[in-house]
Amino acid sequence: MKERRMVPSAEFRSYYGRPVVKAPVWRHDIAAYLFTGGLAAGSALLAAGADLTGRRGLRRAGRVAALGALGASTYFLINDLGRPERFHHMLRVVKPTSPMSMGSWILTAFGSAAGVAAASELVPRGFVGTAGRAAGLAAAALAPPLATYTAVLLADTATPSWHEAYPELPFIFAGSALASGAALLILTARPARTEPAAVPAGDADRGTLVQLCIYLRDRLTSTALATRLDQALNQVGVSTVEPTGERFDPSHHEAGGTLPTTDSKLVGTIATVEAPGYADRGVLLRPPVVTVYQRRQA
Amino acid sequence: MAECHPVGFQWVMEAKKRGATVIHVDPRFTRTSALAHRHVPIRAGADIAFLGGVVNYILTNELDFREYVLAYTNAATIVSEDFRDTEDLDGLFSGWEPDKGVYDPTSWQYEGHQEDSPDSADVEEQKETAGALQHESHGSPVPAQTQRDETLQHPRCVYQILKRHYSRYTPEVVEELCGVPREAFEAVCRAWTENSGRERTTALVYSVGWTQHTVGVQYIRTGAIIQLLLGNMGRPGGGVMALRGHASIQGSTDIPTLFNLLPGYLPMPHHRQHSTFEDWVGSITHQAQKGFWGNAKAFATSLLKAYWGEHATADNDYCFGYLPRLTGDHGTYQTVLDMIDGKVAGYFLLGQNPAVGSAHGRAQRLGMANLDWLVVRDLYMIESATFWKDGPEVETGEIVPTGCRTEVFVLPAASHVEKEGTFTNTQRLLQWREKALDPPGDCRSELWFFYHLGRAIRRKLAGSTLDRDRAILDLAWDYPTLGPHEEPSAEAVLMEINGYTLPDRKPLSAFTELKDDGSTVGGCWIYTGVFKDGVNQSNRRPPRAEQDRVASGWAWAWPANRRLLYNRASADPDGRPWSERKKYVWWDPEKKEWTGFDVPDFQKTKPPDFRPEEGATGPDALAGDDPFIMQGDGKGWLYVPSGLIDGPMPTHYEPIESPVRNLLYKQQCNPTSKVYDRPENPMHPEGSTVFPYVFTTSRLTEHHTAGGMSRTLAYLSELQPEMFIEVSPELAAERGLTPLGWAHVVTARAVIEARVLVTDRLTPLRVEDRVVHQVWLPYHWGYAGLVTGDAANDLLGVALDPNVLIQESKVGTCDVRPGRRPTGPAVLSYLAAYRRRAGIQEGNGDHG
Amino acid sequence: MAERMGFFTDTSVCIGCKACEVACKEWNGVPDDGFNLLGMSYDNTGGLDANSWRHVAFIEQPAAARPAPAAEQPDFRWLMMSDVCKHCTHAACLDVCPTGALFRTEFDTVVVQEDICNGCGYCIPACPYGVIDQRKGDGRAWKCTMCYDRIGDGLMPACATACPTESIQYGPLDELRARASQRVADLQSDGARLYGADPDNGVGGTHAFFLLLDEPEVYGLPPDPVVTTRDLPKMWRKAGLAALAMAGAAVAAFLGASR
Repeated sequence: MKERRMVPSAEFRSYYGRPVVKAPVWRHDIAAYLFTGGLAAGSALLAAGADLTGRRGLRRAGRVAALGALGASTYFLINDLGRPERFHHMLRVVKPTSPMSMGSWILTAFGSAAGVAAASELVPRGFVGTAGRAAGLAAAALAPPLATYTAVLLADTATPSWHEAYPELPFIFAGSALASGAALLILTARPARTEPAAVPAGDADRGTLVQLCIYLRDRLTSTALATRLDQALNQVGVSTVEPTGERFDPSHHEAGGTLPTTDSKLVGTIATVEAPGYADRGVLLRPPVVTVYQRRQA
Repeated sequence: MAECHPVGFQWVMEAKKRGATVIHVDPRFTRTSALAHRHVPIRAGADIAFLGGVVNYILTNELDFREYVLAYTNAATIVSEDFRDTEDLDGLFSGWEPDKGVYDPTSWQYEGHQEDSPDSADVEEQKETAGALQHESHGSPVPAQTQRDETLQHPRCVYQILKRHYSRYTPEVVEELCGVPREAFEAVCRAWTENSGRERTTALVYSVGWTQHTVGVQYIRTGAIIQLLLGNMGRPGGGVMALRGHASIQGSTDIPTLFNLLPGYLPMPHHRQHSTFEDWVGSITHQAQKGFWGNAKAFATSLLKAYWGEHATADNDYCFGYLPRLTGDHGTYQTVLDMIDGKVAGYFLLGQNPAVGSAHGRAQRLGMANLDWLVVRDLYMIESATFWKDGPEVETGEIVPTGCRTEVFVLPAASHVEKEGTFTNTQRLLQWREKALDPPGDCRSELWFFYHLGRAIRRKLAGSTLDRDRAILDLAWDYPTLGPHEEPSAEAVLMEINGYTLPDRKPLSAFTELKDDGSTVGGCWIYTGVFKDGVNQSNRRPPRAEQDRVASGWAWAWPANRRLLYNRASADPDGRPWSERKKYVWWDPEKKEWTGFDVPDFQKTKPPDFRPEEGATGPDALAGDDPFIMQGDGKGWLYVPSGLIDGPMPTHYEPIESPVRNLLYKQQCNPTSKVYDRPENPMHPEGSTVFPYVFTTSRLTEHHTAGGMSRTLAYLSELQPEMFIEVSPELAAERGLTPLGWAHVVTARAVIEARVLVTDRLTPLRVEDRVVHQVWLPYHWGYAGLVTGDAANDLLGVALDPNVLIQESKVGTCDVRPGRRPTGPAVLSYLAAYRRRAGIQEGNGDHG
Repeated sequence: MAERMGFFTDTSVCIGCKACEVACKEWNGVPDDGFNLLGMSYDNTGGLDANSWRHVAFIEQPAAARPAPAAEQPDFRWLMMSDVCKHCTHAACLDVCPTGALFRTEFDTVVVQEDICNGCGYCIPACPYGVIDQRKGDGRAWKCTMCYDRIGDGLMPACATACPTESIQYGPLDELRARASQRVADLQSDGARLYGADPDNGVGGTHAFFLLLDEPEVYGLPPDPVVTTRDLPKMWRKAGLAALAMAGAAVAAFLGASR
């Protein structure tokens, strides 16, 4: 039996067709911010994961991306304000009923952490350097809130389509933050640094023997035997890397410690080699572990 | 009223809250209608037929308040046997003289008093000089004693004449002629009559637009007839309330800016009729007439003493010879036409903007373009100051700025908060205003301007031996001045208006203290009392909690602080209130005086049973039951035996321009209306299909008159930013008008454009067998200001009510077409083509 | 707190004179809102925004059936209503303001501190009535203050002072509510109803409430406004879940990656 209507259909009435609620006055800046904010969050989260799994290149790319996206976010947010010079008024209050207030604080905290983490890539030692991992982890902890609070911000309005979507919106924002962060890192992280060194193709047996020799060399206590092994490696094209006195280069050397000095000419150079590095026909197999001269604090 | 008097309308809302019924009769549904219980749409120009229908309803069903009518009106008075009505003469009254364009009213007079009537030559002169305006306030010459039939059965008593006259104004006629459905009309009649009588009263309220018809005076007369028949005059909650168009325009007729009146409604003397002081005073006092005009000599003498001070003595008739004399029609429209003819040298415009606000804008502007000099005093650079370079005639090429001979002086005026003085509102209330701040720069008040202009002229004329200069040199022109600008003291002027004794300058307290021997000064006898006891009564402002029932302590009403005129009628002939509920003023038999809530409008100690002696005149001739103390016979007039040019009883005539024939009579329009048959003033032929629509104009709340004080302000301009026309959906369909699109309106005089507002508030009316469309235009727009547009009044020609020379500006015919109007010289050819199609001869005005 | 003050706007006595619009602008120095003929009957203001804090709405309602061409329209109505910020008890604009510029006064009204507002614009889409707005060229959010600078000195707001028919009434909220209930009872006309007076509605009742003669939608008002903050706790919970999911996904990605 066909369903019958019991009441007349509702007649839509309005005041001359004008909308009841007001559309937001936000401009393209805010759309851009939603993207860059998510990007920053995704990148920071992945950077921390890379840090914890030893993927230095990925970590670096992630931290730089996080800071860069965060910078862009800050620009977009300030630019969209009606009174940009008053942006700092966002930090006058802490207001849980205002997603924008909470977001301002999340953004501020995240920005500080992401900034320290990225700076630590440039300055490996000192406060910034040692704080790098902690800052990166802090940024990563703030990343999911950063990615999802904007969903609450949009839903917490009278805009019907946004408000109604509040159960789904945070997942959309989180997913897109992760996806865009990952995509950016795929593009920017250098593949050579994402994995431990690869073996040249076709020399699999030779490579295995070389790795065994390096392994044994590290554990030899006899100097004569160590020298004999070095010579043998040398004959097949595997050279020792001992860059004492050279400028410390984090892409080729691994810092194992520091040595304070007052001589400014020495600062940033390699004092000693704790463990030699090895290169096979020019390709670095493993970087040397070195001690770096650091400026002595008065 | 809500549109034009929103603040006053709060009292209508208060009454509604207390149970009053509000009925609104108007061609369109306005903001007033929105708050009324009932809106009655009516064809513009058909109001006399509507009200006549109400009169007919009252008389046919004998619903008049009989005791009131018998005692207080001239219903029982017997009219001359020579009188013939419009019933008999198909729309004319007896005495019509076509060559003069007026009636000889002798046959209209009361029986036995025909010689008291003016003859037609006098009437012709009255038509020139708006003579009725004088008569409106102090009654026409009628005798104190008249013949009466108290049974109201005599075929020639006013009651029966009235009944016959309105017998054809049936509900069917009202429906066919006015477009008012029968049901609505009868509902109004029922409501009006059921709410009148001993226990209840009904108020009739009208706005200025009602007067602006060629039968405007008769419109109001019909309303007055109804209110008299129903016993509503002189009673609380009753009466006829005239809402005026400006805050102090009542004051501008009391202390007049009208050519034919002197302060206190003394008539301006006419060169022929009043060659001597005695003639003049005698024409006001009308020997053998009752009423307070009997003391006119004292009022007149005191006025002349105010003007000429010590120079005015009994020997020189108090300088009566110095007063200007009327020689004919000095009305504004005749003057403008005289300007076009080059007869006028100079023009002062003080807060007046005829280029937009007066009828026939083109004639106004062409007139102003043909002067030697024009002085404009205003708050803004109004259109009347810039017409010579910015006006529509510059666009068409009719005025060439470099060739325009008029020298225009624009002087900045002070606003109402920058000067002190009184306003007199529609309730005759004088309210003093303090000055809040000094006017900026060169802005000055009118008082300052004229006082110092007078001084300057007197300086220039000093030492002159010419007789004609004496009038100015002998003026008493010595008000005290204050401040660095030498602002004359407004209080000193008010004191002079109030009047004082000479030589001690003691302020008078009542107009009865004015003397005719030169010992008193009185600038305006009706205002005497405003400085009672030397206190500026108009400046009293006690809070509401301290007010009595009529707020008699607030400011001061003329005359004598009386709030309701003719309030003797609120008590029956024996002096007892008609009802406890409606008591207002009554006779106290113990104290032997009249008492009550208001100042009695009657001699305080005259008992109700007083009967005057044979041959008494003036106030002494008033009986104890003659409430209408300014009328010659002390009665309210249902029938006007003398004093109106177009007839003793209101009669439906079509407006000068109408799309329909007069359904009731062969006589189409008011035969006596004043038209100016000139090339500039073409009128539409009757029933012209070229101009098939009726248009009417009125105001919007958001703007004020010609817009000089509203279209120059952003906050008001944004509320109504564009000139628009309201049309019904049916008319929009008929003419292809789109909402918010453009339309232009055409008459033989002009074409204007406006944005289209399609609204159901205008409904097509069924008149006879056809549909009549009405359109509405606000008249606020002109080409100067923040928001500009075309001026509606440009559409009008000049046709005037003969009694008071007011223009018919609230109804006309027009065409409406989609799209914008032509511009430049194309306007002229466009209009010429229209006139050709309408059969209007170029070069003369065609008047049907 | 002094006392809860409010507006009762009785539209049954509004004469559409717009004195309220002008008085408000005069007192508060609000800029004009442009000279635009809107064709919405006599409404050329359009709606409430940063430069119109009182807005008079006009609705022409012809009789349902029109015999042609009739003259009498017994149930033709012209509704007029002076709209204003509702000063909600639970005000979304106030809840979402991140700078604290919007605050609740001692009269329980909602006011923007213009020296603090940085124009972030969040309040604008938050308002369920579409009242508050950003002023072009100025950047900040503006709305009716209920003349905070007048009522603190014992004066009435400018609009209430100017209204000639006392359509706009100002006073203590409970007094106004009592008066309004009486008025609805007195009117006894179907269609007359109060809007915003119920303290249990979606915004906790409004300090500016109305007597309407038709459905709220006819006047451009939301029929069932709800303060968006009502759902905020649920929103935060959902966001928390999404955040956890995001973190979990990242962890899973790294754990599952080959060494």
